[in-house]
Amino acid sequence: MPQILVHDLRKTYRIHERDPGVMGALRALVRPRHRTVQALQGVSFALERGELLGFIGPNGAGKSTTIKILSGILRPDGGRVEVDGRDPLADRQRHVGRIGVVFGQRSQLWWDLPVGDGFNLLRDLYRVDPLRFARTRDELVAMLSLERLLDQPVRQLSLGQRMRAEIAAALLHEPEILFLDEPTIGLDAPSKLAVREFVLRANRERGTTVLLTTHDMHDIEALARRVIVIGHGRVLADCAVDALRAQVAAAQRDGTGDGEGEGEGQDMAIEAVIARFYAMHGASEV
Amino acid sequence: MGPHHRLRHLLRPYKAAFASRFLLMLQYRTAAYAGFATQCWWGAIKTMVLAAFYGSASASAGAPISLEHAITYTWLAQGLFALLPWSGDPDVALAVRTGAVAYDRLRPVDAYALWFVRSAGWIAARVLPRVALMVAFAGLALPLMGLGAWGWQPPAGWAAGLGFAASMLLALLLSTALVMLLNVAAAAALNEKGINTLAAPVVIVLSGNLLPLALMPDAWQTALLLQPLAGVMDIPARIYFGQMAGAQMLACLALQALWIAVIVALGRVAMARTMRGLEVQGG
Repeated sequence: MPQILVHDLRKTYRIHERDPGVMGALRALVRPRHRTVQALQGVSFALERGELLGFIGPNGAGKSTTIKILSGILRPDGGRVEVDGRDPLADRQRHVGRIGVVFGQRSQLWWDLPVGDGFNLLRDLYRVDPLRFARTRDELVAMLSLERLLDQPVRQLSLGQRMRAEIAAALLHEPEILFLDEPTIGLDAPSKLAVREFVLRANRERGTTVLLTTHDMHDIEALARRVIVIGHGRVLADCAVDALRAQVAAAQRDGTGDGEGEGEGQDMAIEAVIARFYAMHGASEV
Repeated sequence: MGPHHRLRHLLRPYKAAFASRFLLMLQYRTAAYAGFATQCWWGAIKTMVLAAFYGSASASAGAPISLEHAITYTWLAQGLFALLPWSGDPDVALAVRTGAVAYDRLRPVDAYALWFVRSAGWIAARVLPRVALMVAFAGLALPLMGLGAWGWQPPAGWAAGLGFAASMLLALLLSTALVMLLNVAAAAALNEKGINTLAAPVVIVLSGNLLPLALMPDAWQTALLLQPLAGVMDIPARIYFGQMAGAQMLACLALQALWIAVIVALGRVAMARTMRGLEVQGG
């Protein structure tokens, strides 16, 4: 039985709209205007224990929404989610104790606290055994080279340092499942490499199931054998990275893809493959 | 694991969250000194207004509390200024606005209790230094300068002192429960400003901070004593002065406890509803 099961997931958001300027603000006071956006319209997939899955798609495709629902933060409008046989929302407290989550755009460490103090607070929040915690922490500190950061307040870290600390923070309670939402966003090349290597090791050595979203196709190439492409709230492809490449190459030969530049067929750079794939499905953000 | 250990294990996250917030907030010393200076200034004005009021013989004859009590009440109110539920917890408001609230939802703990202990730590860390400075100023410095009549008098007796301490602890919990209502309202509106503006005028009057509730019209007294905000300031003060002693004191403490239970229950229901509809946006 798969560890993560997502079936026919649906979610709509209400977007508040307002014309710019003073008149727009006044008009919105009298008559607020909404527009509904279909973030997810029937997403289904399954993930086995120990898999490493890359989740890609243009901005606004529904990647983060899926992760938030899987984490038990957001309530879907329809469909079913099961993680280890549990409903993430109905059984939230037990569910979140077994997952680790990193949102690349937000911080889970406390801005004014030194990194080490933040780690200790997480130890208590997750009720981790102190001895076990010390071992896990030391391991993470060594792997992510955080030795010199432990005494520094989070607000004084660079983005790359903070992201490494964030990833360690998400793993202190040794979760079986790791959700990474754009963990390499804005990082320089060495930090990206460090994060990738770490994720790979966590997956291989600890058997942690990993689901990660990214816009960096090198992340996908380096990490994931399997990739899901999502666009307009639907799964456009769920296959091996190589299969995706082959699919695009075939379409190009048939003349469906508008092929010019950036290499041809199997030699195409991964970025080109994905861009071509989005174009084939009209999946870019509107 | 014995029952004692199990309880410690269960409470560990909440204790840690409280301690962390408390210790962090204690570091903001400049804010404490500034708050203290402001409260001294207002306290001085309020005591002089009270003295002028009591100075006219007709007023003081029928006054329900003596001038010394009214002055002590004023210093107490100034020292406990930060205890009152003026606004939601700025940390919670920030988390709601930035979406960091998503991480709060990821902790394997009771979401209401987690915010509650954090807000309690925030309030306690702001109150303690300010009240200590106020005791040093109005309780020690003023009498030493020969201005004892304008100072902060000790409690009516040992029983009153102990009852006051217990009542203060309940006042902290009650205030935190009320702050939690503001937190939840801020989370529901995704903005804390409106609700905070509404809270302040209600709190300043009904807690007794502006004027001891006993000095308000006789016909209102029962209602004023029974309403929840009396429990954050006025009830502890009445116990301090020995106006509420023995069975009456116990009834007052029970009233505070009752309001805590009611407001916590209300807050939990409101929070569960808000969190169901919460959409953590962006990213």
